[in-house]
Amino acid sequence: MTNNGMPQDLPIPARSLKSTNAHSRRRLRAEKCFRALGVSAMVTALLFLLLLVMSIVSNGLPAFKRTIMSVDFVLSQEQFEEAEAALLKTGVYSDFFTQSLVETIQALDIPIEVDQGTINRLLGKVGSILREHYRSNTDQLGQAVTFEIPMASRVDRYYKGTLSREGISSNNRFIRASDLDLADTLREAGLIRQTFNWQFLTGVDSSVDNPGGAGIGASVLGSFFMMLVVLVLSLPIGVAASIYLEEFAAKNWLTDFIEVNISNLAAVPSIVFGILGLAVFIQFMHLPQSAPLVGGLVLTLMTLPTIIISTRASLKAVPPSIRDAALAVGASKMQAVFHHVLPLAMPGILTGTIIGLAQALGETAPLLLIGMVGFVARYPDTILAGFEGPNSAIPAQIFNWASRSDAIFAEKAWGGIIILLLFLMSMNIVAVLLRRRFERRW
Amino acid sequence: MPISWLLLTLFGLAALGFWLGQTRALKSANGDRKALHSLPSYYGGTVVIWTILPSLTLLIAWLFIQSPVIEGFVVRSLQSETADGDHASSLMMADVRRMAAGLEIISGAKDLEQNIINYSDEGLKNFQDQLSANGIALGSDLTPEILTAAQTYLKLSDTSSFWMNLVVCVVSILGLAFGVFRSNKDFRARNVVERGIMMTLICAASIAILTTAGILLSLIFNTIEFFQLYRPIDFFFGFEWAPSFSGRGGNSLLGVIPLLWGTFYVSLIALLVAVPIGLFSAIYLSEYASKRVRAFAKPLLEVLAGIPTIVYGLFALLTVGPMLMRAFGDETIGLMSGGNAVITAGLVMGIMLIPFVSSLSDDIINAVPQALREGSYGLGATQSETIRQVILPAALPGIVGAILLAASRAIGETMIVVLGAGAAARLSLNPFDAMTTVTAKIVSQLTGDSDFSSPEVLVAFALGTTLFLLTLALNVLALYIVRRYREHYE
Repeated sequence: MTNNGMPQDLPIPARSLKSTNAHSRRRLRAEKCFRALGVSAMVTALLFLLLLVMSIVSNGLPAFKRTIMSVDFVLSQEQFEEAEAALLKTGVYSDFFTQSLVETIQALDIPIEVDQGTINRLLGKVGSILREHYRSNTDQLGQAVTFEIPMASRVDRYYKGTLSREGISSNNRFIRASDLDLADTLREAGLIRQTFNWQFLTGVDSSVDNPGGAGIGASVLGSFFMMLVVLVLSLPIGVAASIYLEEFAAKNWLTDFIEVNISNLAAVPSIVFGILGLAVFIQFMHLPQSAPLVGGLVLTLMTLPTIIISTRASLKAVPPSIRDAALAVGASKMQAVFHHVLPLAMPGILTGTIIGLAQALGETAPLLLIGMVGFVARYPDTILAGFEGPNSAIPAQIFNWASRSDAIFAEKAWGGIIILLLFLMSMNIVAVLLRRRFERRW
Repeated sequence: MPISWLLLTLFGLAALGFWLGQTRALKSANGDRKALHSLPSYYGGTVVIWTILPSLTLLIAWLFIQSPVIEGFVVRSLQSETADGDHASSLMMADVRRMAAGLEIISGAKDLEQNIINYSDEGLKNFQDQLSANGIALGSDLTPEILTAAQTYLKLSDTSSFWMNLVVCVVSILGLAFGVFRSNKDFRARNVVERGIMMTLICAASIAILTTAGILLSLIFNTIEFFQLYRPIDFFFGFEWAPSFSGRGGNSLLGVIPLLWGTFYVSLIALLVAVPIGLFSAIYLSEYASKRVRAFAKPLLEVLAGIPTIVYGLFALLTVGPMLMRAFGDETIGLMSGGNAVITAGLVMGIMLIPFVSSLSDDIINAVPQALREGSYGLGATQSETIRQVILPAALPGIVGAILLAASRAIGETMIVVLGAGAAARLSLNPFDAMTTVTAKIVSQLTGDSDFSSPEVLVAFALGTTLFLLTLALNVLALYIVRRYREHYE
């Protein structure tokens, strides 16, 4: 290598690439601006995510707490008989209870006037809790029993910070400022405290007369039955369809037609599947309304394209040498696919299925049309009733709560969203782990 | 015998057949597996196919035909007495069905001859109370005709299911016998089983066609019915949406234009939010970001895509709506009168679409060949000049396709607009007004009890058809553009 062609003593040019002038400075500025635009778009998107997560967490977490009052209470045998003989049984129970509670509070030397109305506003209707307890535990009559009574929803919200003192007028039917003073004193005395709200996880929906007691348990079960239907139907059908399309289908008009249909179905709005479910399963086939079975059928049709697309991808990822080897030792084409290709593609198929199921779990719109938004305040009695009896699903229950006016239900809706997202997150984590654990690079 | 028992019987027979077929084939080869044409399990499989397939097909067909035929009988007997229109008889049929369910529950009422029900007015009233105590509410007062019809209905159903059980079992046993009879060592059992599996696979693949057909049929039939009650021209070109649920139709105004306007307005705002943010994020992620930033930011963006729409709906209703109210509401500049507005729904829908736009554009930008970039750098262009003048023009068709797909998503989105956009159908230019969309109205017209005969309910199917055709056209166009673009560079 010589430097013959390069004159050694060439003067260094006055303008190198590194030096700038007005023109190049403008270009570099444009470059910086453009880059800043990119960063700010990215940051905006992530800020939206942050805002969403924050509003879910801050609004939803209170749903998992509730305020209770623990009260010692003695009901004598005579009082029990008197209450059971009365016309309004729970009313008599709650009269006994409030009397005793008023005496307890007065014994604490609190300078606030306490009457039955105060207790009723603080605790709501307690009669049915007492009656249920004593009817099943008659041996505890005459003994002191500690009841943990959930406070009325407005007191609950006051301690969660979503109800401020200022907005309360002096003749409010539900709560008064003096009630809150009393509650504060009782809280200092240790009678009122906050606990974890198991009722929200295990309970069923409830109406406006006990808004604090509404729980998501029954709709979780409804979603579970629905997902069972989706899994049992969509996995085999999806896998069978993908095997046909990927391994056997000849290139003809039928195959093309199926492919076009699948790719279009994947983009059809979910509400159209709801219309399909309403017209075909309910209007035409007379299947029961609001049933997880019907919901599952609709969601199956909706998830199938997703599952077929991901299954085909994982079948395609199995190298042809596997098939060739199986065919070479005398397997039929069917045997090669079912004995060799399918087991190797299984982890990918399961990952795709779980992701499809997660999508189906969060879907709401089709469920509204097949009537899964009704008020369902009980668990199904039998497994069969779980499939065909009326029930709700987690997202439909959230929608139902969101459209009610009482502010306590907004908190429930956010809490429900936390539950829903926890389910989705765990499903996605399982999918990711499956992929990590079994992923094979050929 | 309930259907579950029938199915169990069938599966029991199938298991028996599997064993019988296998043993018989082995016996014909004197226990020498090598002398068989196929593996022994294939002989069993053949018998299973013969046992299950014909009988199961018959069962399904019977179940489908059964209820229309029985109802036909019952309706004819009802009509001879009342001579009412089609509509009334379908309502009556619903009562008969509910009634029959009630008769099943209350023991002893099922049998005509036993007759514990008193046919006097008072007796009927008592019985209706008894029914409603068991959770069965009839649409109208109980009449002796309906009662007899329900009893006929039950009787016919019983007869039908008796014959169904018998015939299905007999067919299944015949199939089993035929299958077992054919099992011998020279029989090509594997070919039969594989053909059976193949048919199953094809059937599974055809479900996609069936689903599309189901969607089309359920939309078309109900839409035609709607257009018989309501003039199509008033639907497509009506500027007023005011359904009335009080009277029996006639005075409802069901024009689709305000709904379409609301849909397009919300989608437009959503795209105005999603396209710039999504596109610039994609450009940043694919061209500028270091590997570490990409590995961290891309999955986070995709989290947005995995969040169910009900969450976005609630976010619009309870967070974004009140937030916008504080910024633009009566207390500040007074543009907004309520949290539910086009801008609320559009903004939140835009957030939802960001990952959709960004991941599609990311794919498309990455598909632009590296040689184009390097050529541009070689000519001295800066990175942003390369992106603006080389990459984006090259990727433009694909990006347009992605935007069209996003638009189709936005038009079909339901939960966000149901919770965030409001319920009033109006034609307005103010984005802070509440408006409503096609999807939101489908939900509100179809939720709740409906008998599928009034135009106010049937209009939902016409709206559904409009929505389906709109999104289908957008999807087909977008897929066509994207595919052509991909082929261009592959």
